[in-house]
Amino acid sequence: MDIIVSKDLKKKFKLKHGQRVNNNGVISNEIVVLDGFDLKIKKGEFLVLVGPSGSGKSVFLDIVGGLSTPTSGVVYLDDKIVEAPSAKTGYVFQQYALFPWRTALSNIEFGLESRGVPPEERVKTARELLALFGLSDFEDRFPYQLSGGMQQRVAIARALATKPEVLLMDEPFAALDAQTREILQNELIRIWEGTDTTVIFVTHSIDEAVFLADRVAVVTARPGKIKDIIEIDLPRPRDGDIRSRCEFATNRHKVWDALKAEVNKAQQDWKLAPAFAS
Amino acid sequence: MRLLTVLPKSRVAQREKIISLALGGSVILLFLIGWEILFQSKIVNPLFISAPSRVVLAGITIIKDGTLLHHLGISAREFALGYGAAVVVGFPIGIILGWFKLARATFGPFIAAMQATPRIALMPLFIIWFGLGMTSKIIIVLLSAIFPLIVNLQVAMGTIDADLVQVARSYGATRWQIFRTIALPTSVPFLITGLRLAAGRGLLGVIVAEVFGGAEGIGYMIQYAGSTFQTDKVFAGVLVVAVTGITLDVVLDRLGRHFGKWRSEAAVH
Repeated sequence: MDIIVSKDLKKKFKLKHGQRVNNNGVISNEIVVLDGFDLKIKKGEFLVLVGPSGSGKSVFLDIVGGLSTPTSGVVYLDDKIVEAPSAKTGYVFQQYALFPWRTALSNIEFGLESRGVPPEERVKTARELLALFGLSDFEDRFPYQLSGGMQQRVAIARALATKPEVLLMDEPFAALDAQTREILQNELIRIWEGTDTTVIFVTHSIDEAVFLADRVAVVTARPGKIKDIIEIDLPRPRDGDIRSRCEFATNRHKVWDALKAEVNKAQQDWKLAPAFAS
Repeated sequence: MRLLTVLPKSRVAQREKIISLALGGSVILLFLIGWEILFQSKIVNPLFISAPSRVVLAGITIIKDGTLLHHLGISAREFALGYGAAVVVGFPIGIILGWFKLARATFGPFIAAMQATPRIALMPLFIIWFGLGMTSKIIIVLLSAIFPLIVNLQVAMGTIDADLVQVARSYGATRWQIFRTIALPTSVPFLITGLRLAAGRGLLGVIVAEVFGGAEGIGYMIQYAGSTFQTDKVFAGVLVVAVTGITLDVVLDRLGRHFGKWRSEAAVH
């Protein structure tokens, strides 16, 4: 069963005043980030989006999360059109975005607090999640007293606290060092394999994509649409050792094969990338 | 297991603190001794310059006869009412100007013009309008203290972290929830800075206003003592004002630290 279906999604951004781009010879003050973006995501699957910078992967997440509206086309979440943030989705951002004045525990409570869950229940849920991420000793720490890896664990815990059916993760590990990143991938997959949450995960790392995903969706260079979907035929439950297996390399190669041409294309006009920062 | 604990102040840092205290203190001490010698040696007319010992004696006298308490009480009341009003009025104004673009466009220029006007120069008008009593002084304190608050809170609203707002939005938070859970906490350090600046300005306002005109308050006491050549009493009055100012600042700084525990050490200092 598909939990998320995007149909003919298109997203245009107006450039800042005075900025122009050259789209295949046509000068314009608009930039098309997504065009004809069709994707079906199965309930409970771990879907990873990979694609060159500027191909609109994050924009797609924003639309699914209800934080941005498409220029045309629709996204269905459980057969309902997404128009505003849904209680069924949780969002993990690249920059952690923890509230600096809240402790780890209180950060995790935030989502529940916005939805009016009573304090005792909030604290109970938050403590369970801290334990799940091995952070029980750190519940009273403020974000500045936590390492980057710990901060991102708290951010993921915060997103899981509301028990979302769909977890949107926008390059959540991009700011971490390589080793911490692997550890967090292992933790994420261990925790996710114990749930029936659907995950849409954006990354630039092919290794990360192959390790985590049930399916990897390769997005074209801007304007983004789905180029190819690659089933990752690695067994579950997965652990870190799988990275050194031969099948891993095979899968990795398949993804890179689909992606290569798009990355090259994006390199041609990468100079445009900063123009649509918003 | 002690991971990531904030390091306790090391001994080196403590010794550095003691040395800097000793250096700073000795300059003040030398100044007082030099002053006393200047007075005792009668190089300068003693009537003009007084001396630390005489200031202390004058201080004891005005404490004993109740003069100080009376005037201090008046000044404190004027300050407290004016400052309190500035906080009550300035806080929401600053927030509103920072939060709503339209409000900023509408009232910003007017407030900037008001801020640029030297308030104390309006004192003759306030005396005409509100008399020589406490009201004119309260107005001066209010007008002196309100602008640092408005400006700081307006700036605070501009520093709201857009990423945090996205997080709140992703949980379907309303604008009011975003205001309460993000804008207000963001504003706290700015509020403290505003309160400290406002306290200094307000204190200055109340003293100058009393020197200007009136029959009560520390400013009046200083002005009267000066015009009757009681230099000891002038210095005693100035000392009281200075000590009050420092105390207020320390209290507000402590308050800031208490509410700023979540900021990294680097950001607090």
